[in-house]
Amino acid sequence: MTINPSGWRPERALAANDESRDGTFTGNRGLMLEEPLIFEIGDTESCGVDFDAVPAVASRLGGLERSASIGLPGLSEPETVRHYTRLSRQNYAIDLGLFPLGSCTMKHNPRLNERMARLPGFADVHPLQPAETVQGAYELIHVLGEWLIKLTGMKSVAMSPKAGAHGELCGLLAIRSALEARGDARKVVLVPESAHGTNPATAAFCGYSVETIPATKAGRVDRAALEARLGPDVAAVMITNPNTCGLFEREMVEICAAVHAAGALVYCDGANFNAIVGRVRPGDLGIDAMHINLHKTFSTPHGGGGPGAGPVVLSEALTPFAPLPYIEKKGDAFILVEEETADANHSQSFGRMAAFNGQMGMFTRAMSYMMSHGADGLRQVAEDAVLNANYVLRELDDVLDAPFGESGPCMHEALFSDEGLAEGLSTMDIAKALIDEGFHPMTMYFPLVVHGAMLIEPTETESKASLDQFIGALRSVAERARAGDLSLKSAPFYAPRRRLDETGAARKPVLTWQGGKSVD
Amino acid sequence: MRYLPLSDGDRATMLASIGAPSIDALFADVPEAARLPGVIQDLPLHASELSVERQLKAMASKNLVAGESPFFIGCGAYRHHIPASVDHIIQRGEFLTSYTPYQPEIAQGTLQVLFEFQSQVARLYGCDVANASMYDGSTACWEAIGMARRITKRSKAILSAGLHPHYVSLCNTMAKFTGDTLVTSTPTLADGAPGDDMAALLAAIDSETSCVVVQNPNILGHVGDLTELAAAAHAKGALLIAVVTEPVALGAIKSPGEMGADIVVGEGQSLGVGLNFGGPYVGLFACSEKYVRQMPGRLCGETVDAAGQRGYVLTLSTREQHIRREKATSNICTNAGLCALAFTIHMSLLGEAGLRKLASVNHARAVLAAERLAAVPGVELVNGSFFNEFTLRLSKEARPIVRALAKQGILGGVALGRLYPGVESLANGLVVAVTETTSDEDVERLASALEEALA
Repeated sequence: MTINPSGWRPERALAANDESRDGTFTGNRGLMLEEPLIFEIGDTESCGVDFDAVPAVASRLGGLERSASIGLPGLSEPETVRHYTRLSRQNYAIDLGLFPLGSCTMKHNPRLNERMARLPGFADVHPLQPAETVQGAYELIHVLGEWLIKLTGMKSVAMSPKAGAHGELCGLLAIRSALEARGDARKVVLVPESAHGTNPATAAFCGYSVETIPATKAGRVDRAALEARLGPDVAAVMITNPNTCGLFEREMVEICAAVHAAGALVYCDGANFNAIVGRVRPGDLGIDAMHINLHKTFSTPHGGGGPGAGPVVLSEALTPFAPLPYIEKKGDAFILVEEETADANHSQSFGRMAAFNGQMGMFTRAMSYMMSHGADGLRQVAEDAVLNANYVLRELDDVLDAPFGESGPCMHEALFSDEGLAEGLSTMDIAKALIDEGFHPMTMYFPLVVHGAMLIEPTETESKASLDQFIGALRSVAERARAGDLSLKSAPFYAPRRRLDETGAARKPVLTWQGGKSVD
Repeated sequence: MRYLPLSDGDRATMLASIGAPSIDALFADVPEAARLPGVIQDLPLHASELSVERQLKAMASKNLVAGESPFFIGCGAYRHHIPASVDHIIQRGEFLTSYTPYQPEIAQGTLQVLFEFQSQVARLYGCDVANASMYDGSTACWEAIGMARRITKRSKAILSAGLHPHYVSLCNTMAKFTGDTLVTSTPTLADGAPGDDMAALLAAIDSETSCVVVQNPNILGHVGDLTELAAAAHAKGALLIAVVTEPVALGAIKSPGEMGADIVVGEGQSLGVGLNFGGPYVGLFACSEKYVRQMPGRLCGETVDAAGQRGYVLTLSTREQHIRREKATSNICTNAGLCALAFTIHMSLLGEAGLRKLASVNHARAVLAAERLAAVPGVELVNGSFFNEFTLRLSKEARPIVRALAKQGILGGVALGRLYPGVESLANGLVVAVTETTSDEDVERLASALEEALA
């Protein structure tokens, strides 16, 4: 397809002080509406819900009745619908266009998954119902777990972690429990510098000290440095594979063997599993624990930041230490293994990670996606994700520097640096200019091993046409940045907001509504 | 494979552009031994939309649905009516399919919602500030204990006996690894005020204590006054952490902040989210302003853009893992964004007047139900005070009774024996929750089934 065949561009970008920007009485511009806070349009008397009559009874609140006003604004139902619908239109979303955040996998969110998650049999059941009344729910969790075990080639899966970082915690707690069970009080976790920031935070959170392992010039873990650091004080190594430079860790098998030989265990951050699902089983590489971000690989929607789900697959060595509760099949029935029912298989469990059974709503969505794709479709997912990323890398490496362009094929994401941009222009400017082209920017300034990193993950649900459109837009912005077009510094011009003052926000934090007229 | 747009022609063209002979060439870095030669054999192949619907509906139909049975289960998750517009709005693609608002210029919708959410939670809890939500109430509870450790530089936390046992279990798990000392105890069924032995709790606070964690209403439904506990904690330099698993209660009772709590955490599931068999839920987290830099989780703040217009951004990220790595306040790098949105929409529909009304309906229906059930021979109401959940002492062990009720399609509450296995003194306890969704007929059915089971 042809990108912008007429070649039309706005003659003049709006300047920051352009008076026409705020020149309407309402502050609105065409279909873009300014929307006040609920605290400014609602009041404490308004309500959008009708109730049945309240029976008259004597209070049993023990004298603790609330007397003071809470200060919560209400709106009628039509006002509420309009308020939030208007706000929704100030968001970019995967339903609107390509969302190329590296390491985050923003892919199509099928609405079948939403329909399935809302089946009353899954959505309207309580986690403390008697087991006989929730056999179907246990079955879904069990079947999903079996899929994850087969896709990863691991021994077992812990389903309760509520997000990727919670999964990391689960994996490390299992590792620490296994080491302590053999009387081995190791205290250090090694984390390559290309790892997600959650990895060192997680290790510290469960009582480890953290040491960094450098990356090679080719963007992979420095195996020699890693092996040199291994020793009797090292409990675990946390590796991301495929890594955050978008590369497969070629020496993963050798690394795992060396770590095991030193008496330590390997945690793999599986955030990028979508690049290898159906083509590589992490268990075959020798890892001991890996979380799977269901929201990334299996399409559960991000919802503006969550919720996620982070089941953790475990090797045989770690299986006895998995958290509770746990679902097991006994004959034709499913049982929930909890503290009191833990048998020999789970007697070494490190305990509970959250109040209930895990993220059922996410499980249902992921299950629906996996069943839709099947084993054949999931293999195709990895192939198309990798093909799309390599296509983006090769179509742009003449206008953007690809620091690891010669390190082998990239996996799920293409990484560029700010090398070659004109003086005074940065990755930030490219990102903000992409907004004016109608795209959400890529991940900026991550991974830290690359200067001014731009990490682009197209995912498997993008068509060639949408990739070509994105490539054309980024190419045009990159060319302007190389040529020194300083107007990029003022972008975005056409978004709901111009560049926001993040420094000011942190210096004097305003975290709640401070006004007082409408609701007090 | 309806979700994959590339045609074979596209794939061939793209491979040619890349200069790769085949897809296999793109996986060249995978060691030979770890390459799967073909499709994994013992998993099914792709399925049509209709087929997936049939398979999942078959699983769902094996469950007894809360809304289709007399339903009295609470203990940390509550069944409330959710207005239709809540689910409609959260399914708008611009909310549902957006990512974390890292590019604030094109994420003002999500950011303004988070700012409204934080403002609502802070007011509901009676605190200065709130964060943009946590995984759930139980994980928020543990994060609050860690925050108290950082603030007080002490690591002994006292957990009240009325704290949800699953929350206690999670804290015990984590404390094994962080080295915190936890003081825990088992609740009593003391008449009138089940849960804590308040004198013992007060006596346990000493100069080593980082915090006292107390749930209100507690796991047995008892509504208590936290002021004395707050004063006792403060007198020893410790913080009071209050946990609220039923936020609707705060439409009727004094907020924990008003009663002196320094950090308030809890579950927001009751408003807008639904039961979902345990998750996803939404953790609420609020505190005094002076502690904000020790707070875990995301925060949204108000600012201005280059044209001087008001806008919102994620802020104070120097506390967070992506900047501070191992020195971060928490390893959490997400929030329960969509559930927070649902909470905020439901709260906006209710407003203060609606929340108070909803609380009144819950309380009144619970009082009527408690009186009716206490009239059943072999049933005693333990609580003197309660909001929408109370504990009954049965003349027989409660677990078999609950199972017998379930056989008749009645989800009659939570037997304390399930939450406290092996604790003899609690075995006859049954915790019953009543909300606006509970009908008089439901209560009658439970009462007569109990009467039969206890006869």
